[in-house]
Amino acid sequence: MEDLKTAPTMPASAKSSSNKSASAMSRRTFLKSSVVLGGSIVVGFNATGLLAKETATMAATGTGFNPFVKISPDGQVTVVVKHFEMGQGTTTGLTTLVAEELDVGWDQVNIEFAPAGESYINLAFGGQGTGGSTAIANSFMQYRQAGAAARDMIIRAAAAKWEIDAGMIAMSDGVLSDGYDNKGMIGEFVAEAAKLTPVAEPKLKDAADFKLIGKDKLARLDSLPKTTGKAMFAMDVKVPNMVYATVLTSPQFGGILKSFDLGDAVKVNGFIDAKALPNKTGVAVYAESTWASIKARRAITAQWDSSAADARGTAEMLSEYTDKLNAEPTYDATGKGNLAAMEDAAKAATQSVSADFHFPLLAHAPMEPVNCVVEPTEDGGIRLHDGCQFPMITHPTLAAIAELPPEKVDIVTYYAGGSFGRRANGNSDYHVQALMAYLALGGEKAVKLVWTREDDLAGGYYRPMFAQRAHIGIGDDGKISAWGHRSVAQSIFKGGPMESIAVHNGVDHFSVEGIVDTPYQIPMALGLTDYESPMPVLWWRSVGHSQSGYTMEVLMDMAAEAAGADPVEFRLAHLDETDPDQKRFAGVLKLAADKAGWDGRSTKGKGRGIAVHKSFNTYVAQVMDVSVNDKGAISLDKVVCAVDCGIAVNPDVIRAQMEGAIGYGLGAVMRNEITMKEGVVDQMNFPQYKPLRITDMPEVDVHIVQSDLEPTGVGEPGLPPAGPALANAIYAAIGRRVTKLPMTSDGITFA
Amino acid sequence: MSVSLKINGETRQVNADADTPLLWVIRDELNLTGTKFGCGVASCGSCTVHINGKPQRSCVLPISAVGDSEVTTIEMIDTPQAKAVQTAWQELDVVQCGYCQSGQIMSAIGLLSNNAKPTDEDIDGYMSGNACRCATYQRIRAAIHRASDLLEA
Repeated sequence: MEDLKTAPTMPASAKSSSNKSASAMSRRTFLKSSVVLGGSIVVGFNATGLLAKETATMAATGTGFNPFVKISPDGQVTVVVKHFEMGQGTTTGLTTLVAEELDVGWDQVNIEFAPAGESYINLAFGGQGTGGSTAIANSFMQYRQAGAAARDMIIRAAAAKWEIDAGMIAMSDGVLSDGYDNKGMIGEFVAEAAKLTPVAEPKLKDAADFKLIGKDKLARLDSLPKTTGKAMFAMDVKVPNMVYATVLTSPQFGGILKSFDLGDAVKVNGFIDAKALPNKTGVAVYAESTWASIKARRAITAQWDSSAADARGTAEMLSEYTDKLNAEPTYDATGKGNLAAMEDAAKAATQSVSADFHFPLLAHAPMEPVNCVVEPTEDGGIRLHDGCQFPMITHPTLAAIAELPPEKVDIVTYYAGGSFGRRANGNSDYHVQALMAYLALGGEKAVKLVWTREDDLAGGYYRPMFAQRAHIGIGDDGKISAWGHRSVAQSIFKGGPMESIAVHNGVDHFSVEGIVDTPYQIPMALGLTDYESPMPVLWWRSVGHSQSGYTMEVLMDMAAEAAGADPVEFRLAHLDETDPDQKRFAGVLKLAADKAGWDGRSTKGKGRGIAVHKSFNTYVAQVMDVSVNDKGAISLDKVVCAVDCGIAVNPDVIRAQMEGAIGYGLGAVMRNEITMKEGVVDQMNFPQYKPLRITDMPEVDVHIVQSDLEPTGVGEPGLPPAGPALANAIYAAIGRRVTKLPMTSDGITFA
Repeated sequence: MSVSLKINGETRQVNADADTPLLWVIRDELNLTGTKFGCGVASCGSCTVHINGKPQRSCVLPISAVGDSEVTTIEMIDTPQAKAVQTAWQELDVVQCGYCQSGQIMSAIGLLSNNAKPTDEDIDGYMSGNACRCATYQRIRAAIHRASDLLEA
């Protein structure tokens, strides 16, 4: 048990599975698993999404069955976790769902990460991957069903053994009892239960009977390995016959390698070789250690064809964004053709508010720089060791580039040292780079690709730059009468594999989300113009909401002030609480205000701001308290946060995600921006791209709304209100509206 | 060149150039992967180890500068402070992604070894060199207070 907890991935040979496969390799793997798991219960889902157990036939033919729950004859339960763990608590959350329905104790459960497998798709987006705060939401019924099906098999086996009716048997903490003389541990019935067939629709518990779901504090399954240095990240993988590689890339996005010179790299101890990547995007520098590769790379010079590269710097980008903001928008995101009329009406209203907002490029900068290992397998395939966020993209992409059938590409997933979106993208960028480096070296040696922090910050896939302009009119009734809005953004989804689900009538929904679909009852027109560049942009924790929450909630504060209204009352006046969606939105707003003791009064040297935002079907409101010192520098004192995410599966994980998303969001709005000169990124490392420090972190007090509605996401929704709550608090404290981020670039200093 | 290194109570011979940072020797040569690479410029603290019992950033410490010093990594810490810190971290579920937490724990042990009853300000001052992108800072503060209480009990 201990071993599995500390190293969630079993040895690759025993663990690997594959898609749709009937290859020799996968047959061997399944047969091996069957032998290893002989006498165990293995319940999962088949390719059509039906509950099933693994049979000898499935094992022999590889019918697409994927296990979700395994119970060994000693009663140990292993939950196969289909969503990778980047810190958001999926290993704990998905296991909670199984353990709840299975009625086993929390100390009886282990986890392992799922390999690539078609039954492991994210039901929210139809491919195997983690993102969009969907892990619990899409797994809630599925993992409970798997647990309930296994429980039902065990109860039936016990009923047969005891020769009583199954309905007489109760189970709790892995102990079965009929209330009289018959009593036994779960393990005693596993061998017989394994011969039974799972029912198609096992009975699930009523919420009133939950013991683990909703338990205020259920210990995280990854705490022990992560506090003893034993947790395995991809960065920690070492396989036989492995070399280390860093890659020298073009300083400008879109540069193509012309040639390179080894220079003194050959003098570096441990240097092996350097090769141009087959797609001419860089030079792979191979060595016997990470350090030798880093050192050798410094000695190598490369020449780049920059004719297709983006040589614009931040100044040019800002100028182009402003030009686009001033011009007629390309797309009508609200679809009524009334932007100009709405802007005119706003300007002509009794009270008017106008503002421009600017949001910079942001890097994700997860603590573990991206990295992965590609190694050859015995059957001529490859195996990827990775904190793999998007097997749905990575698996087919690697298979296509390596010209291998999908079943010859294995993926072994490890704990990921953060992601915030970075480990998933439509190009599978760093996996492809590792595979190219592996192929360039001949495909016989395993290659471990390591990015340094400098590679991470200069490597693109940034949160796009956004510009916003709003004209808001307030009528005689003190309510918003017109809202004309323009956005300029580089689209994340256009040209990528998920374009069709995100882009409609030219509008990338993720460029306008959080504004166009605001729960506020506002007459709004929204125009959108795209910015284009070969510089890759990407979803960054909360995607479009990472800036639309800021825009909307600072504007609502400005509008409230213009209307002479209290910020909370003004927001509530634009919500219709007979509508369930708006009721929940208003609910968190009122809860946060209530818990913070919102009274609209101000104290010298202090400032208080509020913000509320809905994202990923979760509602979050925050009240921020700040102080100002005698030099005008701001300190962040406290955040009171209210969240409505439906049923709270793991309240302590929800609190942790609110705390973390608030900190991540605040750090970015306070100080972070990626800037460029002539297309070359200025920020080298953390001294220039300053992470939030413990000295910045306010006290965070989280309140979770009691709910019996289906659970929604918590990884991202805590972020969008944090920035505007801070901005509104700063305004309350010093009378300065911050509409250009980061705040430190707009005249704000922090104590 | 061959270098003799006192680490986790043993003397190990390692093959590394004099300028090789201790971090890479620990990770790539000795396979002690609990110590992490985060920035390489002593700016994030993920690589923190104890040198003669004091926290130090191993990513900028050349192997040649280690000399006879005793190096201890997260895998072998076992002082009362270490046990209290790990227990408190587990009780409060401080970790999220966990990648920086070896370094956080090594620093927290250093703090409590010097200051058995730190205030919030003491904690912020001592721990400000350890970055956590998951922003687990509130729980780090609470866990250090808890570890302090555990040591007192």
